[in-house]
Amino acid sequence: MYERHILICAGTGCISSGADKVQEALIKSLQEHNLQDKVRIIMSGCHGFCEKGPLFIVFPEDVFYCGVQAEDVPELVEEYLIKGNMVERLLYKDPVSEEIVINHDKIMFYSKQQRLALRNCGVIDPENIDEYIIRGGYLGLKNALKMEPSEVVEEIKSSGLRGRGGAGFPTGMKWQFCLSSEGAKKYVVCNADEGDPGAFMDRSLLEGDPHAVLEGMMITGQAINADEGYIYVRSEYPLAIQRLRTAIRQAEEYGMLGENILGFGFNFKVKIKEGAGAFVCGEETALLASIEGRRGVPRHRPPFPAVEGLWNKPTVINNVETLANVPLILRRGAEQFASVGTEGSKGTKVFALTGKVNNTGLVEVPMGITIREVVFDIGGGIRFGKKFKAAQIGGPSGGCIPEEHLDLPIDFDSLTAAGAMMGSGGLVVVDEDTCMVDLARYFLSFTKKESCGQCIPCRIGTNQMYDILEDITEGRGKPEDVALLEELATAVKKGSMCGLGQTAPNPVLTTLRYFRDEYEAHVNEKRCPALVCKPLLQYYIDAEKCIGCQRCIKACPVDAITGEKKQPHEIDQELCTQCSACFDACPKKVSAVVVVSEGLKTEEEVEVCEEGCKCQS
Amino acid sequence: MEEQLNTVFASYKGEKNELIPVLQDVQEEIGYLPEEAMREVARFVRVPESKVFGVATFYARFHLQPRGNHIIRLCCGTACHVRGASKIADRIKTELDVEVNGTTEDMKFTYEEVACIGACGLAPVMTIDKTTFGKLDPDKMKKILATFGEDAEGGEA
Repeated sequence: MYERHILICAGTGCISSGADKVQEALIKSLQEHNLQDKVRIIMSGCHGFCEKGPLFIVFPEDVFYCGVQAEDVPELVEEYLIKGNMVERLLYKDPVSEEIVINHDKIMFYSKQQRLALRNCGVIDPENIDEYIIRGGYLGLKNALKMEPSEVVEEIKSSGLRGRGGAGFPTGMKWQFCLSSEGAKKYVVCNADEGDPGAFMDRSLLEGDPHAVLEGMMITGQAINADEGYIYVRSEYPLAIQRLRTAIRQAEEYGMLGENILGFGFNFKVKIKEGAGAFVCGEETALLASIEGRRGVPRHRPPFPAVEGLWNKPTVINNVETLANVPLILRRGAEQFASVGTEGSKGTKVFALTGKVNNTGLVEVPMGITIREVVFDIGGGIRFGKKFKAAQIGGPSGGCIPEEHLDLPIDFDSLTAAGAMMGSGGLVVVDEDTCMVDLARYFLSFTKKESCGQCIPCRIGTNQMYDILEDITEGRGKPEDVALLEELATAVKKGSMCGLGQTAPNPVLTTLRYFRDEYEAHVNEKRCPALVCKPLLQYYIDAEKCIGCQRCIKACPVDAITGEKKQPHEIDQELCTQCSACFDACPKKVSAVVVVSEGLKTEEEVEVCEEGCKCQS
Repeated sequence: MEEQLNTVFASYKGEKNELIPVLQDVQEEIGYLPEEAMREVARFVRVPESKVFGVATFYARFHLQPRGNHIIRLCCGTACHVRGASKIADRIKTELDVEVNGTTEDMKFTYEEVACIGACGLAPVMTIDKTTFGKLDPDKMKKILATFGEDAEGGEA
């Protein structure tokens, strides 16, 4: 009988922070004190609080230690497990109140969350099917197998579940279309091609609770009369693939996958397809092309995949998080699921909260919560006491929501109205040090690279938008550029064939809508207010502060800095490449290197040279 | 190469829809996709060579040139971008004297920029082969590169 359980987070984040070394050290230390039969170690899926990893939670008392390294383990065992003294320096300290919090459910990051899709993540050992079953796993499937397919579809319809992958299409309706489609052979496809930069909820779900996704797929199979499923997962997620393989093997051994499942005469098998690195494959028709072994290029819809999908057979494609919600609905009933959320958006949504907040990580919140609550309560506010500027929601096709909309409730419809979108659930917080024009340029650099090239508005349009944005951030912006950008963005949005092109202009349109002053500063004054766009910056050394330590001279890669030891140094503006190496090298106490953006020479000041060009020199 | 290809082909049936997994395994085995290997794959899965080339050049994870012993993948996802990934990128490029997707002259490192590794909580992040390194700054990155100094172990494809 174990007296204690220790959960160590083994998500990708915590493992790269050293969780596996903590595990080794703990095994060793427990043996040294002969505690191996009294304390059980569970390597769990992602707890969501990646920022503070590796996480080390002791049950039953629920003491939350964070940032634990292998060398801290002997102290934790001796002081805490044996003597019962808290190891204070490893406890969580609230970034705002600076108070120490012992129990993990008292930490603001967790207490405002409602973990339904992530119900097992960080709680169970994802490589052990028994732990999933003990927590009610596969009960939803059992209920579904007792029902007629149309009844299962009705249940999902009345739950109000909408697709969590981006567009928010009602899941039950999608299933209905597929069920009504003729054909003996149908497929279920799980879209785990999580390509949005800044999003990792699917990865964490697959790593932390793979059986929930499998169960969701099987219930879908029962609902649409399909006996075969594919999981299309990014090859960038090796741990997720490995845990899925283990889960499939265990489910087969238990008779949960294969023939005559649970004795109901239902057959289902699941195969894994690894992606090969193409963002556009997250689009459903492109994904199907990729499974079939072709270039992942989208096609026109209709016919929709529910009618003509994989190998031209009716196919339901659902996102990982959508599928993880399905078993819960079948187990607890549609009504309970629908009791959470807003009128048009039921249930919860998982967000990858990242960027300039204190608490980054994976959070699951009820629909309808405000952005302010997510950023300031769960996220613990902005790092280093800086000022909030915007929340970028919905990945590269999402939009930037400014401060005045912080009280916007998060649901499918209000986000779309504000020009953003739910997308897959990336929520990147940016502060005063982020340049919004540069951010728009960054997203376009991504979408233009990932455009499949098939349709012209997307292929040419994203490149043109990028070129204009690059001009603006490099000081070559012309007054007419802003209007041109707006016109182009609207045309790409209207004219593109698939979701990639239709949403790629969103970052441009929302930054233009909410941060037009930043565009104008770049274009008209050749100034970057956030001090980000390199060509618009100038570095100086404050002669009064400089102590002449020559660190910046050594750091400068282009030898632009001169000066004797103990004498103030100077930067040659002609040679300077604005790389910021001197700024970083200057000791924090001295801070003699100053960066400014006071505007390059204006049109009138620039001499027109013989060729008629307006060079800056 | 023939032997390596046969090892890969042995676990497949030679059907059209196996093209991508076969190419992935061939690359894992050889390290990249030489022209001759792609021709053989075309014959094996019975699709035109042009189709194989089309697929191999469409997906970012396929490489038609030999790569270095260690693969550096710098995450340029949004979270990493706003926390200064471009500074790390600049430093790697000057430190190793490579461009994006380039390989150092001694074939030790290949440098790639990828969209998102999904470890946004630790931004900025990079992976070298299969190890993830988080919360980077230019100096920390330089120290990590130095630990890959002398060994000549084969990396990941």
